[in-house]
Amino acid sequence: MTQNNTPLLRVSDLTMMYGDRVGCRNVSFDLRPGEVLGIVGESGSGKSTLLRSISAQQEPTKGVVEYHTRIDGIRDVYQISEAQRRLLMRTDWAFVHQNARDGLRMNVSAGANIGERLMAVGDRHYGNIRAAAGNWLGKVEIAEERLDDLPSTFSGGMQQRLQIARNLVTSPRLVFMDEPTGGLDVSVQARLLDLLRGLVHDLNLAVIIVTHDLAVARLLSHRLMVMQGGAVIESGLTDQVLDDPQHAYTQLLVSSILQN
Amino acid sequence: MENTQTSQNTETGAAYNFAYLDEQTKRMIRRALLKAVAIPGYQVPFAGREMPMPYGWGTGGVQVTAAVIGPDDTLKVIDQGADDTTNAVSIRQFFAKTAGVATTEKTAEASIIQTRHRIPEKPLRDDQILVYQVPIPEPLRFLEPRETETRKMHALEEYGLMHVKLYEDISRHGHIATTYAYPVMVDGRYVMDPSPTPKFDNPKMNMMPALQLFGAGREKRIYALPPFTRVESLDFEDHPFSVQSWDDECGMCSATDSYLDEVILDDKGNRMFVCSDTDYCTERQDAGHRGPQHHDQPLGGKAAE
Repeated sequence: MTQNNTPLLRVSDLTMMYGDRVGCRNVSFDLRPGEVLGIVGESGSGKSTLLRSISAQQEPTKGVVEYHTRIDGIRDVYQISEAQRRLLMRTDWAFVHQNARDGLRMNVSAGANIGERLMAVGDRHYGNIRAAAGNWLGKVEIAEERLDDLPSTFSGGMQQRLQIARNLVTSPRLVFMDEPTGGLDVSVQARLLDLLRGLVHDLNLAVIIVTHDLAVARLLSHRLMVMQGGAVIESGLTDQVLDDPQHAYTQLLVSSILQN
Repeated sequence: MENTQTSQNTETGAAYNFAYLDEQTKRMIRRALLKAVAIPGYQVPFAGREMPMPYGWGTGGVQVTAAVIGPDDTLKVIDQGADDTTNAVSIRQFFAKTAGVATTEKTAEASIIQTRHRIPEKPLRDDQILVYQVPIPEPLRFLEPRETETRKMHALEEYGLMHVKLYEDISRHGHIATTYAYPVMVDGRYVMDPSPTPKFDNPKMNMMPALQLFGAGREKRIYALPPFTRVESLDFEDHPFSVQSWDDECGMCSATDSYLDEVILDDKGNRMFVCSDTDYCTERQDAGHRGPQHHDQPLGGKAAE
């Protein structure tokens, strides 16, 4: 892990209420460049709410999300202008949806999908955009001859890999992933995880990954947060949390995995 | 434009207000027009009215024309460049009846020109108004169906998506295959859909002396280009914007600089090209220009290919 002392992202005392109901409450953590944080917990435990609030998609009821931007230093993501926030979201950040269809434009080719972010930041050279798209397709192990095919002709696993390529093309520093392996069969999952682990390492990405699959969390994340009922009940190094769970719920979660 | 007549149309004695719409509606449309002129390329919502013709027949353009026309105006209406097609004839008659205005087929004589697809070949002057009938005013609609999202994209100048469409064109066809409704950047700020005009006419919009008004009846949007506004067609550095060109000349007037329509003559592959702008073509013929398929010319010219 990188020994960098300035956190890339700092979440302080984040609470999200849906009326009287709690989405998540009093969540605080730091994320450093190149660090992978896993958020695990059962359905309804507030994982996705937390992810949406951190990734500037849903303003929290209370609390602060600060991001270390490349140009302006540390900024509160809900205080900057919407234009700046959206620029941040499509350049320095990336969001990988569980369902690839939510993250892709299904009616344009794979190349256009990958090139979209480049064009959004002002790239106006077709040849260069296409070359970058082809290059990224290779990196996510999709044959380059599929560049002009529609994503709807791709398999589920390929769509997910295309979504990852599309997100990483602008070299973001922070990637949010919401169940990236959900809905994929086990062998495809394994391949995707392998790919993700390689990319995270090579590009020194900071990642926040939400999953209910402890195997995914163990394979990818350096640190782990366990959530229940909207609150973080345990956090620490992944191996530490999974091998020596302290909280009763974490123990239940760990013991519910099939052992071989 | 200069007139705000409130009385009934006395000339025809019909029970219509001048130019069909009531004065309050015309004021509402004029307010939208003023805003549109003040923010070139910005789509201003307006309370579009039901017109006595179906959507898609130019209800937006008709409302704009009704709001700006005065009794001293001379109206020309074209559809696909032609003055004598159903749509053009019916709209011309509509205003002749409800406003009692003079109509013309000559571009130079008109003070207001309502058009469906074309900009006349003859350069327009600063005392003329060009009114476009627009079906879908939103250039981003092809890739982003949500109105809330496209409005935000306009507000924040997020126009990368427009190039995704052009990219897709090149990857599928090897060149930018969009030939009409080709997106333009207005005054370096708003991306605008120039209505279904062929891209051949895009360069004419740039720095045009005439006022250009766009009305979309079904979508209830008005936008405008004030005179002498910068209008640039979007493109890529390595795939620059270019307009259509033809190897052939106009069969009637032998023009090589105008937009040509292809006309199929029979089922044996014979065809001819002819100017889409009928007034331009007629004027050239009157001036003595002759194309190979003109009826003055000896038969058997170059009809067969």
